[in-house]
Amino acid sequence: MGSDIHDGDTGGERPAPPTGHRSGFEEHRPDTTEHRSATTLRVNGKPHTLVVDHRRALLDVLREDLGLTGAKKGCDHGQCGACTVLLDGRRVNSCLQLAVALDGCEVTTVEGLAGDGEELHPLQRAFLDRDAFQCGYCTPGQICSALGALDEAAAGHPSHVTVPATPSGRPVPLDADEIRERLSGNLCRCGAYPRIVEAVEDVVR
Amino acid sequence: MKPFGYVRAASVEEATEAFAAHPGARYLGGGTNLVDLMKLGVERPAVLVDVSRLPLDTVEELPDGSVRVGAAVRNSDLAAHPLVRDRYPALSQALLAGASGQLRNAATTGGNLLQRTRCPYFQDVSKPCNKREPGSGCGARDGVHRDHAVLGHSESCVATHPSDMAVALAALDARVELYGELGARSVPAAAFHRLPGQHPERDTEIRPGELITSVVLPAATAGLPSAYRKARDRASYAFALASVAVVLRVSDGVVAHAGIAFGALAHRPWRAQRAEEALLGGPATAAAFARAVELELAAAEPLRDNGYKVPLARNIAVDVLTRLASAAAT
Ligand SMILES: Cc1cc2nc3c(=O)[nH]c(=O)nc-3n(C[C@H](O)[C@H](O)[C@H](O)COP(=O)(O)OP(=O)(O)OC[C@H]3O[C@@H](n4cnc5c(N)ncnc54)[C@H](O)[C@@H]3O)c2cc1C
Ligand code: SF4
Ligand code: FES
Ligand code: FES
Repeated sequence: MGSDIHDGDTGGERPAPPTGHRSGFEEHRPDTTEHRSATTLRVNGKPHTLVVDHRRALLDVLREDLGLTGAKKGCDHGQCGACTVLLDGRRVNSCLQLAVALDGCEVTTVEGLAGDGEELHPLQRAFLDRDAFQCGYCTPGQICSALGALDEAAAGHPSHVTVPATPSGRPVPLDADEIRERLSGNLCRCGAYPRIVEAVEDVVR
Repeated sequence: MKPFGYVRAASVEEATEAFAAHPGARYLGGGTNLVDLMKLGVERPAVLVDVSRLPLDTVEELPDGSVRVGAAVRNSDLAAHPLVRDRYPALSQALLAGASGQLRNAATTGGNLLQRTRCPYFQDVSKPCNKREPGSGCGARDGVHRDHAVLGHSESCVATHPSDMAVALAALDARVELYGELGARSVPAAAFHRLPGQHPERDTEIRPGELITSVVLPAATAGLPSAYRKARDRASYAFALASVAVVLRVSDGVVAHAGIAFGALAHRPWRAQRAEEALLGGPATAAAFARAVELELAAAEPLRDNGYKVPLARNIAVDVLTRLASAAAT
């Protein structure tokens, strides 16, 4: 990509340098007088160092700078979940994440789920088998969100519908109610919800 | 969006110094409210001081039996933490009733406390709003205000505070720990948020440049029966219309401790002190709970279109109190 620079500078862990001498190289480090900084992201296993405008959201970096258009822009305000990706393995709304703040992070998008081969991820397979979409616009977000939700349940994260007496620190079993609640951050304007729940249930079983 | 500078702080001191050195600075937590408001033009920071990676990311038990939650702990991790689930169930339940899985993974303890109101006039820069632009008027008072306050509002502002977590913290007698130019201090969670009065632009008692470093959950309420109940327009992923957090200890049929806080009724989590006083030392019966809650809500002054909140809040509060009392009795 045109805006990539592969200079190996990950910069971010250091505080803004005090005023005084700065080399051109350091120009792209996080700095309070600069409005752009170098940020290194590992996206689907591949490192990218980019100089990003601080205003740039991760979603726009993925779609416009890296050509990864799987994550979708629905609302751009954290309300629809279409932009869901995994950040260091956890699902987040990429429209509300500033790229500059993610220096050194690992990002997985729907494009990265299938791995190197042609084999689809079991969740992708289940969405196809269950016909769990109509227009497909929400689907990449639904799949990334479901993947994050499965990991959260396995790590013992409860949800709003988990019986409070369920022992803490142990995996939470997922039934249809749990899946519905855990995926409530992903809206589907086509109303494919029943099939989406079935697809996720297939993978849980 | 206006261009802005960015600095990632490595320590609490570095964060507060960076803030002080840059007029127009804002702290960045998970960004789920701040970045949204920046996109809307409501927030226009000159510099973001990123505090999301500060070493304030642990939940730890202190020697006196209290639990300290770092300001950078994410909402999802806090809700799932065994210390919280086992000792302060109302807090875990409140967090899980808020936002979505994705948002809770990003949202921090500090940012959750300082999230701004969801009043639609506040979020729309073309509308009058005293909170966003002091002196410009309040669009909601005579406009669309179905979601707005019924308690403690003022001529200037009728907004509510949207946090679920803050309601549980108020009921649990938690404290908010702050660090600023004048050093460290702590404020009771129930007194951290303000009523609007003449200055709705000030949501909380935080001083300019102060950083939330942690929240402390006291030993006194650890392990007491507690619960959170939220009424909303749909079963998931919506802000509260009314909510309640209750901490209750009953011994020999008598109320020995009651901490009750309402959410979505006021500009701050509404600690129901009158109801608590009425209950203490009295019988833990449904009738007593109803009388106490009604006493508290007698102060309500609903607006044209939000009178429904008063019976809604009454019903959920009496229900939670009754359930906790019967669970404690068995
Ligand atoms: C679609 C949607 C639905 C939602 N639904 C709910 C809901 O049902 N219930 C609910 O409670 N919430 C809900 N939220 C709000 C969400 O909980 C908040 O956005 C989140 O908790 C804010 O945390 P953050 O770390 O992302 O804060 P940020 O956005 O990073 O910051 C928020 C504010 O806090 C300040 N700040 C951050 N950290 C500190 C610190 N340590 N010290 C001092 N200042 C600090 C920032 O400067 C900013 O002013 C929803 C949000 C969205 C977008
Ligand atoms: S209620 Fe408060 S936040 Fe809403 S328009 Fe009025 S002044 Fe602004
Ligand atoms: S585009 Fe990010 S949540 Fe809608
Ligand atoms: S399939 Fe069309 S939005 Fe979900």
